[in-house]
Amino acid sequence: MGVMKAITGAEAAAEAMRQINPDVVVAYPITPQTPIVEQFAKFVANGVVDTEMVPVESEHSAMSATVGAEAAGARAMSATSSQGLALMWEIVAATPGLRLPVVMSLVNRTLSAPLNIHCDHSDVMGVTTLGWIQIFSENAQEVYENLPLAVRVAEDPRIQLPAMVNQDGFITSHAVEPVEIFEDDAIRRYVGVRSMERALLDLNHVETIGAMVLPDYLLEVKRAQEEAMSHVFEVYTEAGRELTAITGHAYPFFETYKTEDAEAVIVVLNSAAGTAKVAVDAMRAKGKKVGVLKPILFRPFPYAAVREALRKVPVVGVLDRSMDFGAYAPVYSEIRNVLYDVDQRPATQSYIYGLGGRDIMSTELESVFDELLGGTVDPEHQRYVGLRE
Amino acid sequence: MSSKKSWHELEVGVVLPPATSVGYKTGGWRVFRPVWDASQCIHCMICVNYCPDMAIPIEKSEQGAVGKGGRVYKGAVRKETNFDYCKGCGICATECPSKCLTMIREEEAEQASCKL
Amino acid sequence: MPTLQDIALKTDGVDARLVSGHRMCAGCGIPAVVKTVLAASDKPVIVLNATGCLEVTSAVYPFTAWNTPWMHLTFENAAAVAAGVESAYKALKRRGRVEEDINILAVGGDGGTYDIGFQALSGALERRHKFMYLAYDNEGYMNTGNQRSGATPFGASTTTVPAGTASFGKAQWRKNLVEIAAAHRIPYVGQAAVHNTLDLYKKAEKGFKADGPAVLAVLQPCTTNWAYDPALTMQYSKLAVETNFWPLYEVENGVVHINVKPAKRRPVEDFLKGQSRFKHLFKTENQHLIAEMQQMIDDEWTRLVKLEETGVQL
Repeated sequence: MGVMKAITGAEAAAEAMRQINPDVVVAYPITPQTPIVEQFAKFVANGVVDTEMVPVESEHSAMSATVGAEAAGARAMSATSSQGLALMWEIVAATPGLRLPVVMSLVNRTLSAPLNIHCDHSDVMGVTTLGWIQIFSENAQEVYENLPLAVRVAEDPRIQLPAMVNQDGFITSHAVEPVEIFEDDAIRRYVGVRSMERALLDLNHVETIGAMVLPDYLLEVKRAQEEAMSHVFEVYTEAGRELTAITGHAYPFFETYKTEDAEAVIVVLNSAAGTAKVAVDAMRAKGKKVGVLKPILFRPFPYAAVREALRKVPVVGVLDRSMDFGAYAPVYSEIRNVLYDVDQRPATQSYIYGLGGRDIMSTELESVFDELLGGTVDPEHQRYVGLRE
Repeated sequence: MSSKKSWHELEVGVVLPPATSVGYKTGGWRVFRPVWDASQCIHCMICVNYCPDMAIPIEKSEQGAVGKGGRVYKGAVRKETNFDYCKGCGICATECPSKCLTMIREEEAEQASCKL
Repeated sequence: MPTLQDIALKTDGVDARLVSGHRMCAGCGIPAVVKTVLAASDKPVIVLNATGCLEVTSAVYPFTAWNTPWMHLTFENAAAVAAGVESAYKALKRRGRVEEDINILAVGGDGGTYDIGFQALSGALERRHKFMYLAYDNEGYMNTGNQRSGATPFGASTTTVPAGTASFGKAQWRKNLVEIAAAHRIPYVGQAAVHNTLDLYKKAEKGFKADGPAVLAVLQPCTTNWAYDPALTMQYSKLAVETNFWPLYEVENGVVHINVKPAKRRPVEDFLKGQSRFKHLFKTENQHLIAEMQQMIDDEWTRLVKLEETGVQL
């Protein structure tokens, strides 16, 4: 049993970090990630944690120092958003290649230009090909629980890959919600202490990290990296089961809401999934059988399991909070891939919504459900929720 | 054929144990070879400290080595160049204060050794 | 006082921290710089290496020339990686998971230091991480074939600012890394050159022992792209010092001390000649550039001597 606290998503991330008490936290402030760093800095200033906190001069150095600390043998964490992620992109790309299990919060925000500090997923969708484990969180509670889960999965000897825990900027990061906080000791025991395997500071095992790899070995290195990624499903399940023992909550790869008998399903990430569930209830009250599928583990993507969940649904609408100009939107693209191997494929429709923090209302989602149920889908052309024509 | 590792055999994160490069012999790069006249050497260690390839072995010697002027030089004394690694740059010969090193073309050295 | 014998026993014996089999060019001065600096540490050293000549030639999988913990991440962040390692070291020591005392050395070329790595270096110095930053300065992007950097001297022809009918090469003087580093009010900054082993060793020793960050800028002539006989690397290094082109000095807690004062300053031509990057300066129409360069060198030297004499803290 935990204790209920009224906190924001950012504070929930900081709470998780307080309980994890990482060896090192390196970060550079950026809206809307800043309150995570500020809250954690307070914990440091008041001796609540004894983490070595490094407030660096840029996100590039933030990820560089995080990776340095991790390579040295520390458990190192960071947090960023949008432009910050873009600035650290080079090192974000290098981290999985070195097989360093960094865990970072990403508070999703639009990537410039135009400048906009509000939520969408254009930041994270630019890094999903880089080899990080990507976990999405609908609300502050999930943010809080996904962080220790990410630490366990990332650091598992079978994995040794970095993980990013996403939450929606402002919508989740700045909204106060009741969050159940579990016992410090339970979470600390759960995450344990990071192993010194492959650590620069293990002077009894001197090693070279980050040697240049020429064409004779690079393919093998990347194949091994993919193998580690493929083990995430089993490790995530195991680590999730152990966390359930503390929290009583389940940790599926994705959440389905009333999809069993649904005639139309919306697939949507993060906070909008909550809104979509409200829309589902409203539609169901009107006798319309609809449901929601909310991906949680986005990398690796659980294609087979999602396929089973959507196999019998006549029509699937995929809502993306970012665009891939001249191509299918990122989540839509995954769902199309998922459905390719289904004999009687569901019809699909791509929707773009919520860019730059535009609100998505449950009534708008009801209209989307109506459109899907009305059978007027056009899989080749994405539609825009709330666009002024 | 290939002795290279399969992807299953790679170390996690391709970390390497220390100093494996000693298995990579760079002596084949050499065009010129330093010829060392031990009888003229003063064991000053200038060539050793400068050598870019750590190709001049030394030892700490109590009995010392006989060098220039028939003198016995004690402490750190150099030995013959390690031609497994020497790239033949010639810094040692340029910098030697007692001129005990001469650069000759590698072919000449090979011909000389064939004649022996 | 250490002797050349003492240093040689550390760099060439079983405890050598950089070993044979690396792929640096014949006649490259970098290994001499690095092994001398590493020998000056009385504790284990963790090396964080920026992308560059040293990095690409010393660790090519499955070969590594490092006999000390070493890591390369990318080009512009050796100082930031060092900051992370130092923070990890502090945290793990505090938590009782690491016992031994260590030194931390970040190494980069001039491109990775004066240019792309400048911000990370400044940030790490300002935060006073306890580490030493070693810049081996070959005055340009030499690993990729002589492109201009912020350390490239006035008048040098590079592939990105080549001398031509409308250009004499680089038109700007280089940054002064030592003074920039000293402006961070760090305890130790030294400028050394590869040929002066004892001076370099002593500076590295001071840097490692400093109570806070230290920076070493070490001139390292590039046989490949300055295009001179590889046997002459140490000679060019010596000439750079004897012409006052590269003074050997240090800034200890802000106080300047010149380590070597040439009895008679040689003309800069002595350093320039024989290097392909300065060949064009010897054409009649460019002779005034050499005079200009000489003037800049002399002015800088006068300034440096004044700084030393007045004892004013930098």
